[in-house]
Amino acid sequence: MQHSREIQKAIWARSSILHPILILGFTTYVIRRLILLVFVVLGVTFLVFTIAVLIPKDPAFLWAGGLQHVSEQQLEIVRRAYHLRDPWYIQYLWYLSKILRGDFGISPVRNVPIAGELAAYLPQSIELGCFSLMLSTIIGIMIGIISAVRKNTLVDHMVRLDALLMVSLPAFWIGLVMQLVFYYRLGWFPDPGGNVNLALLFLYPLQTITSFKVLDALITGNWMILLSLLQHLILPGLVMSFYTTAMIARMTRSSMLEVMSQDYVRTARAYGLPERIVVYRMALKNAMIPTTTTIGLAVGWLLTGSVVVETIFYWPGLGRYAVNAIQSYDFPALIGYVMIASLMYATANLLVDVLYGFLDPRIKQG
Amino acid sequence: MENPRPVGWIERWRSENESRLREIGLAMYLLRKNPLSLVGLVMVLGIIVMSILAPVLATHDPMSVNLSEQFQPPSWKHYFGTDDLGMDIYSRVLYAGVYDLSVGLIVLVVSTSVGTIIGVVAGYFGGKTDEVLMRISDVFLACPGLVLAMAFSAAMESRSLEVLVFAIAIRNWPSYARLVRGQTLTIREQQYVEAARASGASSWQILARHIIPNCISPIIINATLDTGRIILTAATLSFIGLGAPPGTPEWGRMVADGRVYMQYDPWIILCPGLMIVITVLGLNLLGDGLRDILDPRARIQA
Repeated sequence: MQHSREIQKAIWARSSILHPILILGFTTYVIRRLILLVFVVLGVTFLVFTIAVLIPKDPAFLWAGGLQHVSEQQLEIVRRAYHLRDPWYIQYLWYLSKILRGDFGISPVRNVPIAGELAAYLPQSIELGCFSLMLSTIIGIMIGIISAVRKNTLVDHMVRLDALLMVSLPAFWIGLVMQLVFYYRLGWFPDPGGNVNLALLFLYPLQTITSFKVLDALITGNWMILLSLLQHLILPGLVMSFYTTAMIARMTRSSMLEVMSQDYVRTARAYGLPERIVVYRMALKNAMIPTTTTIGLAVGWLLTGSVVVETIFYWPGLGRYAVNAIQSYDFPALIGYVMIASLMYATANLLVDVLYGFLDPRIKQG
Repeated sequence: MENPRPVGWIERWRSENESRLREIGLAMYLLRKNPLSLVGLVMVLGIIVMSILAPVLATHDPMSVNLSEQFQPPSWKHYFGTDDLGMDIYSRVLYAGVYDLSVGLIVLVVSTSVGTIIGVVAGYFGGKTDEVLMRISDVFLACPGLVLAMAFSAAMESRSLEVLVFAIAIRNWPSYARLVRGQTLTIREQQYVEAARASGASSWQILARHIIPNCISPIIINATLDTGRIILTAATLSFIGLGAPPGTPEWGRMVADGRVYMQYDPWIILCPGLMIVITVLGLNLLGDGLRDILDPRARIQA
């Protein structure tokens, strides 16, 4: 979990005049970052390989399904399938070539290829992630602006305290507390059991077009299901958005304050431009650059958040898939998830870096 | 100066450390001016004292099962009620504090020391060493922390304190390595370091006397904010069934175990969770305040 402070520092570092883009030029910079990404991705696969194969005492035992009853014959099959008898570098090459072909192994619990399962669970996670990112962007920018405009007033202190509180709440706990209050006590939201009411789904079957359920319901005009889907999105989306909202609010506040202390803002005020224009046209527009970058980094955090939130809301996504894999000793499935999650995280970080160059006109024109 | 006079040693010590004392005095003044960080300090100290005094403060044995007293609501006998096995939640919450705080502390010690060594070596020697070490830390930073910790603890097949500590520390050291490296790069170029080198100080002497002491305050700021994150990760890992072994009094695991019963007996999950919130919020408030106190640039703005 990255803390907003760290991110803020990283972003200020990016905006300095010594930014590599200014020295190298934009294209060279992007190419260099892409080459670096290849190295990082190779490193990540090696790291995951180390954890999955080199660290366990008997990897064959884990890959064959852990605590379940495993015969010597089955172990032998697993050893042959994953080349566990070879020296470690040959094993790694085998592992890498499998991943490049999109083969993540076979789940010993359900006996199906893991890649297919991951692909089936991913869209639901993306749906929840997008919704929660939307919530945190809107709320985060809004309270960030309020806090910056009313710097050092009671409202500002409340917002800052609130942001600290939001990063201090364990997602699993606040999720359960919200279920307790809004479902068990008040009954405002549907029960925390997945992403749609199954009885309704039986009455109004949903045609699969895009594998994103909300989109499907919109396209086919299946309003009952759409309503149910949205109702189920609200609580988990809100819980997942707490951390990122705080991140975005803090970033908006500090970068707006930074911009508002600039000379051109003072000049604008001296010329008597209305405060509304100063705040929204000048400060907000320029402050959006670092904020956008934070939003990009929030994508990485949502990956972590989804593990817990999907578990407590029984959401059929990747995070819950991983936790199920842990609880059913489905080691290959867990490692498949770890690989996918790490690759997504690494790519998101790179995109943020490149995005920053695109957004800041000072850097782009160089 | 062979025989230090016994009389007036306080004055001498005071004059020798005058600048340091003035720093401390200023820090105290700033701390008083920042009530929120004081509140944070009180919260953190409160939790630490409660955990240290757990054997004294606890009213019951945290592991004793008493099936005749299942699901008792909070009362004078059981301050925070009892859980599904009739265990006293108040006592368990206290002992869980010992577990979680020690996880936080050990991970912190491991990752700051590993991070400092690697960061100093990378920053001071530069060149190829720097490039290799920083690319390695890039790889670790490219994985989400919780996900890496999940994979590691599942691969270890055992649930114990050591595994939990290692699983979190794996992803935690690179941020310190980067911090220390950056600091080292600036200090390396300072004139007093140049002077020390010119007068014949070895690399190790310069590292120990000039570079590492100058890295301490950014490390402290980072560490305070980091401890909260470590405790959250540890509790989350325990919640999803990794981390603390089953039955251990640990805040995350207590919430996980009580989850089934929360509809009718909410106190089972409320109290352990609140302890996490108080600890982490306290650390965050304190860290935010410390940053203003220890970071001279932030001090000028304040």
